[in-house]
Amino acid sequence: MAEPLLSAHGLTRHFGGVLAVDHVSIDLRPGEIHAVIGTNGAGKSTLINLLAGELAPTSGEVSLSGHALTGAPPHRLASLGVGRTFQRSNVFPDFTAFENCRLAAQARNARPWAVHEKALRCPTSGEAARRALAAVGLSRRSDVLAGLLSHGERRELEIAMCLATEPKVLLLDEPLAGMGAEESQRVLALLRELKPERAILLVEHDMDAVFAIADVITVMADGAVLAAGLPEAVRADPSVREAYLGDAL
Amino acid sequence: MDLPIFLIQTLNSVQYGLLLFLIASGLTLIFGIMGVINLAHGSFYMLGAYAAFVLSGLTGSLFWAIALGVPLAVAFGYLLEWIFFSFLYRRDHLQQVLLTYGLILVFEELRSLAVGDDVHGVSVPATLARSVALGSTMTYPVFNLFISGVCLVVAVLLFVLLQRTRLGMMIRAGASNREMVRSLGVDINLLFRVVFALGVALAAFAGMVNAPASSVYPGMGNQVLIICFVVVVIGGIGSVTGALVAALMIGFVDTFGKVFLPDYAGILVYLLMAVVLVWRPEGLFRESRA
Amino acid sequence: MTLARRTLATLALLALLALPLVAGKFYVDLIAKVMIMAVFAMSLDLLVGVTGLVSLGHAAFFGLASYVLVLVAPDPYTAVSLWTSLPLAVGACALAALAIGALALRTRGVYFIMVTLAFSQMGYFVFHDTKIAGGSDGAYIYVKPSASVGGWSPFDLNSGAHFYYAMLALLVLVFVFLRMLLASRFGHALRGIRSNEQRMRALGFNTYCYKLAAFTIAGAIAGLAGYFAAVQFGFVNPEMLAWHQSANVLLMVILGGMGNLGGAIVGAFAFVLLQDLFSSLTKHWPLLMGGFVILAVMLLPGGLTRATETWRFWRFGRRHG
Repeated sequence: MAEPLLSAHGLTRHFGGVLAVDHVSIDLRPGEIHAVIGTNGAGKSTLINLLAGELAPTSGEVSLSGHALTGAPPHRLASLGVGRTFQRSNVFPDFTAFENCRLAAQARNARPWAVHEKALRCPTSGEAARRALAAVGLSRRSDVLAGLLSHGERRELEIAMCLATEPKVLLLDEPLAGMGAEESQRVLALLRELKPERAILLVEHDMDAVFAIADVITVMADGAVLAAGLPEAVRADPSVREAYLGDAL
Repeated sequence: MDLPIFLIQTLNSVQYGLLLFLIASGLTLIFGIMGVINLAHGSFYMLGAYAAFVLSGLTGSLFWAIALGVPLAVAFGYLLEWIFFSFLYRRDHLQQVLLTYGLILVFEELRSLAVGDDVHGVSVPATLARSVALGSTMTYPVFNLFISGVCLVVAVLLFVLLQRTRLGMMIRAGASNREMVRSLGVDINLLFRVVFALGVALAAFAGMVNAPASSVYPGMGNQVLIICFVVVVIGGIGSVTGALVAALMIGFVDTFGKVFLPDYAGILVYLLMAVVLVWRPEGLFRESRA
Repeated sequence: MTLARRTLATLALLALLALPLVAGKFYVDLIAKVMIMAVFAMSLDLLVGVTGLVSLGHAAFFGLASYVLVLVAPDPYTAVSLWTSLPLAVGACALAALAIGALALRTRGVYFIMVTLAFSQMGYFVFHDTKIAGGSDGAYIYVKPSASVGGWSPFDLNSGAHFYYAMLALLVLVFVFLRMLLASRFGHALRGIRSNEQRMRALGFNTYCYKLAAFTIAGAIAGLAGYFAAVQFGFVNPEMLAWHQSANVLLMVILGGMGNLGGAIVGAFAFVLLQDLFSSLTKHWPLLMGGFVILAVMLLPGGLTRATETWRFWRFGRRHG
C-alpha cells in the first residue's frame, strides 16, 4: 500500500453548538478512489471543506505528503496540488468555458509580474485548458459563457477546472449530481484514467457509481465515521445496512 | 488630571458615546437586516436637528418639538422606505452607495432651500438651563446630563424591544439570517419598513435632543455619518450590542483624545478602527456569516 | 473593441490633439482638467470595475500626492524639479496605498467600503487638524514644477498648451499601461477575483496579494492624477481628500461604465462637463447633481458605454448569447 498523499486524523468541527464532523480520520492514497457516502447532513461536504482548507478544524490534523498543513488556507493547499470541485457549481459565469479552464490552469504558472505578456497568448495555460475540456467532453462548448451552460455541462466544467490545475489529490463533491447517464459514465471512465498517480476522494449519493468505481469506502453518519474499508466489507456491514435501511445497497 | 475634570470628561464621553449609539444602531440594523448601505443616514440626524430648530421656534419649547418631531420622523422614514429604499434591496453595494449619496445631496439642498445655510442655535429649555456642582470648583450643565439620561433610557427601551418582544426577535433573527426570516412566513416588507422607520427615528431623535448642544449647521450629518460607520465596523454589522460597546469606546477615545492630544484627536478614532481590524476584521461582535 | 468604437476613439483622440489649435484658454484648461480626472477615474476603475473592490476612499491618494508636491518645495516661490517631485509623490501614494490596503483588505464587502471611507477621512483630518502645509487653510503653489534636465527644458508646464499636451500624453500612457495590465495574467486574475473570489482561492490564487497589488497600483496612479491637479490648480487643501471627492470619482466610473477603462474616460468627461453645466444654472446645483446621480444609477446601471446594451435590454428583454 502506497503512502497516503493526503491524510487527516481526528478532524472535528463545531458550528456553534452543532458538531458537524466528529473525529474523522481518512487517508487518500495514490492509485485509489476513496468514496465517502452517508445520508444528508452526515458531514460529507464539511469534511471536504476541512480537507480543502475552506474551513479550519476545531481540532485534528491534516497533512499532505507527510507535511502538516492543518488550518492552511485553500490557496495554499491548492498550490500544493490539492484540487476540488464544489457541490454547487462554482464557476465564473461571465467567462467562457475555455476562459474558466484557462484561468484555472494559470494558477499553476501564475507569473503575475509578467505584465507585458498577454494571458490569452500563453501556450501552457491554453493547452492545459483545451486538454481539460476535451477530457470532460466540453470541447465544442468551449466558447459558451459558463452562465449559459446547462446544469450538467456546468458540472462537467467544474471537473474540467479542477483538472486544469493538474492536481495530485482530487476532492470531488458530488460531481455526478444532475448529470445524465451518459455523462456520468464518461466521468467515471475519466476518473479511472486519472487514478494512477493521483489520490481521489469522491463524495457521492449515486450508489451504483460508488460501488462500480470505489477502491475504498468510508461511511459517515452524524458527522462521524460509521464504517470504512473495502467495498464488499462495507456492503456487508450490518450497521451500514441499518443506517441506509437496506435500500440502496 | 484631577478628579472633577476626569469626571467631566467621563460624562462627556458617555454622552457622546450614547448619542453615537442611537444613530449607529439604526445604521447597523438597516444594514444587517436589509443589506443596504445607507450613506444618507447622517442626513436623518441632520434633519432631526433642523426639525428641532424649526419646531422649537414654532412651539417655543424643545419638549414639544421632540414630541412632534419623533412621530414626524417615523412617518418620514416609513414613506422614504416605501418610495425609495425598497428599490435598493435588489441593487449591489456600489449602486446603493451612489444612490444614497445622491440622496444626501438632495437632502442638503432641500434643507438649504427651506431653512438657509446659516448656523442656528436652539435654546435649552428653561427648566434644564442650570448647572450642577461637581466637587468644589467645577460645574456641569444639567442639560448635558439630560441628553445622556434620555439616550440611556432610549437605549434601554431599544434593548427591551429587541430582547423581549416578538418584533425584536424577528429583527434579531433577520439581522443574522435574512433568508431564514423570509422563509418563516414573516411579512418581510412590513418588517423592513418598520426597521427602517425605527432607524430614521433614532437618528432624528439624537439630532433633536442634541441640537441645543451642537447647534444646527450645514454638513453636520456628514461628520457624524462617518464616525457611525466606524462604530459599525468596530462593533460588527447587525450587532446592536456591538454598536453600544463600540460607540462608548469611541466616545472615550475621542473625548480624552481631545484633552491629551488636541492636534491628533481627529485621527485617533480611525487608529482605533485600524487596531480592531488587525485583530478582528469582522468587528468585535460579529455573529454568524449571513 | 469593435470597429465602431475604435473609430470613435480615434476621432476623439484627433479632436483632443487639435483642440488647443482651435479653442481658447478656458476650454483648453477645462479639457486638461477633465483628462486629469479621467486618469483618476481609470485608476479607480482598476479597483472597482476590474477587481470588484468598491473603495470610497480613493481621494486620499489623489490628495496625498498634491500635498507631497507642496511639502517638497523649499518655499512657495521656488520651482521644484518635475523629475524628482513626481516620483516622490507617486511613491508616497504607493506606500500609503500598500499600508492602507494591507489593513483594509482584511475586510470584505460593505466593511471594505466603510473602512476605505474611514481611512480617507483620517487622511483628511491629518491635513486639516495639524499644521502641515497650512492646515485647513491649505497652501499655494505659486511656481509650477520645472521639467528641465541639466539646463534643457523639453516643455514648460506654465504654458497652457504644453500642460494640455502633457496631460493628453499622460492619459494615453496610463490608458495603454492599464490595457496591457488587463490583458496580462495579472489582469485576468483580477477579473477572476471580481467574478468569483472563493473559486480563485480554491484554484490556488493568493487573492489577498492580488488585491493588495491592484490597490497599490490604483493608489499610485491616483497620485499621478492628484499631482498634476495640484500643479494646474495652484492650490492645495484638505478638501482634495474629502469623501465628496471619492464619491465623485466613483460616480464617474459608474456613469461611464465599469471595467473597460474607456468608460472611466467617458464618465470623467460627462461628470465634469455636467458639474460645470449645473453650477452655471443655479447655486443649488448639488440638488440637480443629486437628482441626476439617482436617475443615472437607476436607469443606466451599465453606464454610458453600455447604453446600447441597456437600451436593447429595455426594448427586447434578455437575450442569450
